[in-house]
Amino acid sequence: MSEEHHLHDHEHGSVHAPPQPDDKVHSYYQILGIALKELLIEKGVVSADDVRRQIERRDSITPANGARVVAKAWTDPAFRKRLLDDANGAVSELGFEMTTAKLVAIENTAGEHNVVVCTLCSCYPRDLLGLPPSWYKSRAYRARVVREPRAVLAEFGTHVPEHVVVRVHDSTADMRFLVVPERPEGTQGLGEAELAALVTRDSMIGVARASAPNR
Amino acid sequence: MTRLAPGTPIRVREDFPPGHIRTPVYLRGKTGEVIKFFGNFDNAETAAYGLPGLKKGVYKVRFRAIDLWSDYAGPAIDAIEADLYEHWLERLT
Amino acid sequence: MRGPHDVGGLQDGPVDTEAHPLTFWEKQIDGLRAAVGAIGLVNTHENRAAVEALGHDAYNTLAYYERWTAALCRLLIDKGALTQDEIDARVALVRQRLAASGELESGMESP
Repeated sequence: MSEEHHLHDHEHGSVHAPPQPDDKVHSYYQILGIALKELLIEKGVVSADDVRRQIERRDSITPANGARVVAKAWTDPAFRKRLLDDANGAVSELGFEMTTAKLVAIENTAGEHNVVVCTLCSCYPRDLLGLPPSWYKSRAYRARVVREPRAVLAEFGTHVPEHVVVRVHDSTADMRFLVVPERPEGTQGLGEAELAALVTRDSMIGVARASAPNR
Repeated sequence: MTRLAPGTPIRVREDFPPGHIRTPVYLRGKTGEVIKFFGNFDNAETAAYGLPGLKKGVYKVRFRAIDLWSDYAGPAIDAIEADLYEHWLERLT
Repeated sequence: MRGPHDVGGLQDGPVDTEAHPLTFWEKQIDGLRAAVGAIGLVNTHENRAAVEALGHDAYNTLAYYERWTAALCRLLIDKGALTQDEIDARVALVRQRLAASGELESGMESP
């Protein structure tokens, strides 16, 4: 995938729409955050541009990036193998760089359902999928998914049969996990872009399956 | 420390040192199996205080859910995996 | 012995499976934290340790990015990048400014 295509993809979303201010500042810590930002900028520790660029970079990374990776793995067996062997290298072929962590792809199969958590904080493949959803950072998810994973999956509407292994991956070190969901039935003949549209963020965390194609 | 081969049974140290520890309490003292070696990484226990320190080997370790939770409600095939620093792992056998 | 962050296996209620988008303020803190990380002033491990060191009460009361803000504040003071006195003075100033512009929720006008 060329860099040109990569940039082109980014032009389509509305990711650069300016964020809207909140209604009201309602906590001491919000005031503190504003104060810290102002002081750090005035002292030249960071610039306003530095902060803005970081926010724009975050906004530019979305689950669509991961969906492209999964769709390619579904359609290209050699890429799938490279992804499972060395995910950092494989995603860089599509123009996605993992800047701080080692990406590890884990594949869901007919016999094995994988789901990812970070019980200690909120480790997540941010460089590929963007910021984690709020529930991923919640105490309820972090506490319970290692204790009663099938019950938690059911709360997402995902029911895993008893004969299928459920495997929970707790991201406790520098590895970041990308679940490659199973390719849905009835998707023979679909192209990579159509397949990518079926790959949801939740399916790449493992709390859901990829969507069924529209018939 | 000698590299632990995949399949090696291990026990996680049951210690509670102060500081920034990336071995969750629910795994301490539990037995599991080494799945793979990921390589050597900065030790979060020292990096968390801005201090230099030796890199540490990190392993993927698999625990049977029924070995973690005596009343686990799901089937015995279910597992929890975590990435643990070598100095938290004791070889069994 | 168990830090406030170390919640794996504890009991809790149902997961709110809706994704709530970040607010403007949350994005600012995320960006500020990333910018401070990018220049090597505060690393991720330090951020986590400082969040854990807030203690059970603060950890369980504050929202995610409020915890990050509290942790960043502590680290910036410890590293000598900012002083407590200048932070206190600026917080008072920001509070006045937001109150004057009507951006402060009522009841927040004084500490």
